[in-house]
Amino acid sequence: MSDLQAQLLELIRLTATSLPPDVETALQDAAEWEDEASTARNVLQTMLRNAAIARANSTPICQDTGTPIFYVEYPQSYSTLELKAIIRAAVSEATEKNYLRPNAVDSLTGRNSGDNLGDAYFPEFHFEEHTGSDLRITLLLKGGGCENVGCQYALPDARLKADRDLEGVRKAALDAVFQAQGRGCAPGFLGIAIGGDRSTSFAASKEVFLEKIGEHHIDPEIATLEARITREANQLDIGPMGMGGHTTVLGTRITQLHRLPASYFVSVSYMCWAFRRRSLTLAYGKAIYD
Amino acid sequence: MTEAAVSLTTPIADAAILSLHSGDSVLLNGVIVTARDRAHQWLYERFIRQSVAPTLDDLIVYDALKPYLNNGLIYHCGPIVAELPDGSYQFIAAGPTTSIREEPYQAEIIQHFNLKGVIGKGGMGTATLQACAQTPAVYFHAVGGAAALIAQSVIEVLDVYKLEFGMPEAMWVIRVENFPAVVTMDAHNRSLHEQILTRSKWNLENLLG
Repeated sequence: MSDLQAQLLELIRLTATSLPPDVETALQDAAEWEDEASTARNVLQTMLRNAAIARANSTPICQDTGTPIFYVEYPQSYSTLELKAIIRAAVSEATEKNYLRPNAVDSLTGRNSGDNLGDAYFPEFHFEEHTGSDLRITLLLKGGGCENVGCQYALPDARLKADRDLEGVRKAALDAVFQAQGRGCAPGFLGIAIGGDRSTSFAASKEVFLEKIGEHHIDPEIATLEARITREANQLDIGPMGMGGHTTVLGTRITQLHRLPASYFVSVSYMCWAFRRRSLTLAYGKAIYD
Repeated sequence: MTEAAVSLTTPIADAAILSLHSGDSVLLNGVIVTARDRAHQWLYERFIRQSVAPTLDDLIVYDALKPYLNNGLIYHCGPIVAELPDGSYQFIAAGPTTSIREEPYQAEIIQHFNLKGVIGKGGMGTATLQACAQTPAVYFHAVGGAAALIAQSVIEVLDVYKLEFGMPEAMWVIRVENFPAVVTMDAHNRSLHEQILTRSKWNLENLLG
């Protein structure tokens, strides 16, 4: 096994079993915000207790280890074919070690491959070549429950009275949170993309999950909208796991893409509270995990 | 939510189910069976709608499951299970999966097998709520994603059926101890999920203006 494969195995283990510090802090803050002895606080405390057990035992936080999505930023001298092969080998090994649940199912036969290796789209890869010398690989594990509640609006939307403007985006986002109820494992994080075509729009709505919680859009107007969507989603009273309470959404991030004159998509990706995101950076011969 | 959790052990008597109300905390004990998407469709097509003729293997599995399910519980869960060197199994991660996907099958499965409840997350619809009132049965809500914690409640894996469905979709017969859950749909036509939906719809309409 190559050094890189061993480092990738550690990246997968860490992602599946250890909630990132910013996510854990957001859950802790939410637990304190909820009323004492409420169901909402109790549910949030269960989530935090679960995260502690998973980290201590090095077992997955959630049994649905989701779609492994790899974002790879690589120096010019690297081969993406080789990187893919090493990552796939590490995924298979991580499945054998029970860090990942076998999740790749043939859609026609129903057969589970058993090792998380499916076709070219499973696991999922996003490669980006850069001029630096570092190799940086970020892994998102996105579970099926929250993936199922993601949705896409084509504005204008008569039902929501949502026009092609930021007010329309706000309405679409709140409707998405309402439709999800507790089924996406609230409290969730919203990734919203405005514009693009159907596929680039959804892809961009997930890329915002790579950033740490608490970061905001560079445009103050959009940053204000992000905060407003989070605040108003929490007024819906859906609460943790949809059992009522003040915490339905822990954060909202918005991004935008150029669009066709005819299209105005608003894509909403929902990330469950078990927001599993970790990075491996290889620089100057050292492996750094964050 | 009541203060002290009620302990329930399978097989569960009707009287115990009827005494439960939406909002009650419970600790579940005894033998339960995991079943999710493929298992529900498989049970439904072969033994309820009977649109597919069961094979001999299907019939053997059906006969083996029936005693567990009678007065028993189904858990909507696709676990991570380790196979130990001696061939036995150990649950590693076992939180609930989203229950609403089983809504087309659940009511008739509850009645066919005389289930006393299903455990899952996110709640279920009106057909299941009606079946809960008629059988009687309840819906137990477990905390989604709390897989490491719930796995600690699984003290023994007794058997597994239809492993060819894959690890998540197989039917695992497990013994649990103090599995924490909350009743969110009771046998008296009360559903917390319906209440939250109604309330959040009203809130949404105010926010949309």
